[in-house]
Amino acid sequence: MTSAVAQEDAPVPVAARGRRSSLTRSRIRAAWAFIAPSLIILALIAGWPLARTIWFSFTDANLNNLSDYEFIGFENYLANYDGEWLGLLTDPDWWHSVWNTVWFTLVSVSIETVLGIVVALILNAAFPGRGLMRAIILIPWAIPTIVSAKMWNWMLHDQFGVINDMLLRLGLIAAPITWTANPDTALWTVVMVDVWKTTPFMALLILAALQMLPGDIYEAAKVDGVHPVRVFFRVTLPLIKPALLVAVIFRALDSLRVFDLIYVLTANSRDTMSMSVYARQQLVDFQEVGLGSAASTLIFLIIALLVVITLAAGRVRLGEDPR
Amino acid sequence: MADVVLKSVQKSFGKAKVIHGVDLDIRDGEFVVFVGPSGCGKSTLLRLIAGLEDITAGDLFIGGERVNDLAPAKRGIAMVFQSYALYPHMNVYDNMAFGLELAKSSRQEIDRKVREAARLLQIEQLLDRKPRQLSGGQRQRVAIGRAIVRDPKVFLFDEPLSNLDAALRVQTRIEIAKLHTDTRATMIYVTHDQVEAMTLADRIVVLNAGRIEQVGTPLELYHRPANLFVAGFIGSPQMNLIECQVAGFGSSEVLVSLPGGGSLSVPVKPDGVQAGDAVTLGIRPDHVRIGPEGALTGRVELVEELGENHLLYVDAGQGRRLTIREPGDARHEAGSTVSLDLAREFCHLFRHTGEALRTQADATTPTSPNLTSSAV
Ligand SMILES: Nc1ncnc2c1ncn2[C@@H]1O[C@H](COP(=O)(O)OP(=O)(O)OP(=O)(O)O)[C@@H](O)[C@H]1O
Ligand SMILES: [Mg+2]
Repeated sequence: MTSAVAQEDAPVPVAARGRRSSLTRSRIRAAWAFIAPSLIILALIAGWPLARTIWFSFTDANLNNLSDYEFIGFENYLANYDGEWLGLLTDPDWWHSVWNTVWFTLVSVSIETVLGIVVALILNAAFPGRGLMRAIILIPWAIPTIVSAKMWNWMLHDQFGVINDMLLRLGLIAAPITWTANPDTALWTVVMVDVWKTTPFMALLILAALQMLPGDIYEAAKVDGVHPVRVFFRVTLPLIKPALLVAVIFRALDSLRVFDLIYVLTANSRDTMSMSVYARQQLVDFQEVGLGSAASTLIFLIIALLVVITLAAGRVRLGEDPR
Repeated sequence: MADVVLKSVQKSFGKAKVIHGVDLDIRDGEFVVFVGPSGCGKSTLLRLIAGLEDITAGDLFIGGERVNDLAPAKRGIAMVFQSYALYPHMNVYDNMAFGLELAKSSRQEIDRKVREAARLLQIEQLLDRKPRQLSGGQRQRVAIGRAIVRDPKVFLFDEPLSNLDAALRVQTRIEIAKLHTDTRATMIYVTHDQVEAMTLADRIVVLNAGRIEQVGTPLELYHRPANLFVAGFIGSPQMNLIECQVAGFGSSEVLVSLPGGGSLSVPVKPDGVQAGDAVTLGIRPDHVRIGPEGALTGRVELVEELGENHLLYVDAGQGRRLTIREPGDARHEAGSTVSLDLAREFCHLFRHTGEALRTQADATTPTSPNLTSSAV
């Protein structure tokens, strides 16, 4: 019976690997022909601005006069004038924005993952009106961030906002809270709105994974008398883990670049400033194109590094088919 | 003690009634096989017993206790699914141990049970593998092993062998039979396969459209089908069924006129049939002989050589096709005309309602479904 185990792929003979058949060659040519236009467009719309940003980060360019600048090396990042260290890497505001971004990413993605799983499990259960519920729950995700952020801004307004009004009427608070301006609540408020907006997306990705699960193993667990909570942690969670990881990575990369939500809700407040908001402030408000570009380049490097790490970790984990 | 008793059990899915009042009495240690055409409710009945579906009406007793409202895990059953239903991310050992871990069993106890089952099923060397690294037959053994470790009073099998190839089916079938002799547990087994049903069963339950047609030992069903449905369902090739008319009757025989002019006296009790009644004559392919002056004549349409025997498909006029099985190689070619001799002592007669007329021998054995049995 042991002989029935799948054999390893037979190694390709060396000779066959060396020269490709003409059919293979023409297929490769066709593939390049199809990919080339999108590669060129990608190079123009993504590669060129990226290259320009990186270049500017090594100059003293100013928004007043973009044609007149000088190459200054790494001075935007780190420079030593008369024994005093200057540059982006010494700016406490920059590091504060890095910390804000990381904190925001960790907290919001964690909450969204847990809530997303809960919502997905509910939507996966059979109940009347399930199709409608699945559509309704997507609404927050479908609204453009600018719109929903503005909408929340009004609802959270300290004098006219409906949320303060409700809490006051219920007697839960004694005085209106300045949700987005108070340093204690500002970042949590941003997280809350992000959770409201993004949980449906997580839920839907997880729901798709749940629906791929074989139903019979749940019946087997039922016959075996395994408690549903245990079934969730020992069966469901391990089986949806690959999809869950993809969803978390997606969301994390998104959160690291967060801009519109924070900018609309709290503008340039230092308490909530993310890396992207910091870069925009340098570029536009302070007109420091060089410094702003340096910040943008660092954001790019941080995210690129995380992508590489997750992909490397993912190859080990995601490559393994759990079934 | 784990007898399984069903009392007018019914099941509806919404408005659709799928099981129409089933009465069945399965004794402790008995091996009962459910057969029936696709969609007749075999799986549903099994799932009702397992507790995976709620019983709409009626009562279910396992070991004397009414279990209608008992969770599957509390019923003392174990189920082997057609699709194996193994946990894909767990290795073989964990697949078998998972259901035990909460049952207050100690580590050593679980380990002992799992290894014992693995030894019994000869999958000891596979304990570290994941299900996807196993062949179909190995997976099925693991599924059976998972049932064994639970030490159930009742095993439920839903077409466990249908995904295996012919050779493996025979092998696993024998192992299941051995498991039954070893454990003496009650077993309820669903299958499409007649050979499985005939070889494994102490008693076979023939289901049709949510009702029991007949319950009996394999040979009872084969030799004394209670009605047309069972007659047509049990036995392969199918029993030949010929429409004919009652021409007369004696005290223990009925004379029927065959299409094509011949007539035949069948040794069954007339039991109220009248001359002129439409009846159906049934005879198995083995009991039709090609003889010099048979009751029917026909033209051979097709010959199938099977080696140890052969099948002749004979057109006996008006599209009436008979199947004949004779030993050895065929001595008739397609196209030739043959005369068919029906062995009268092997003939069955069915009223137009489908019910069988009893033979003298049956008279001592009642045929009402839940009583029919001489098994065990
Ligand atoms: N969950 C369900 N909802 C509605 N109808 C169902 C459900 N499960 C089964 N049925 C219906 O009940 C009938 C019996 O189904 P069941 O699966 O018991 O048949 P079966 O005898 O096992 O058939 P097969 O031999 O093909 O497995 C079928 O007509 C089927 O459509
Ligand atoms: Mg079935």
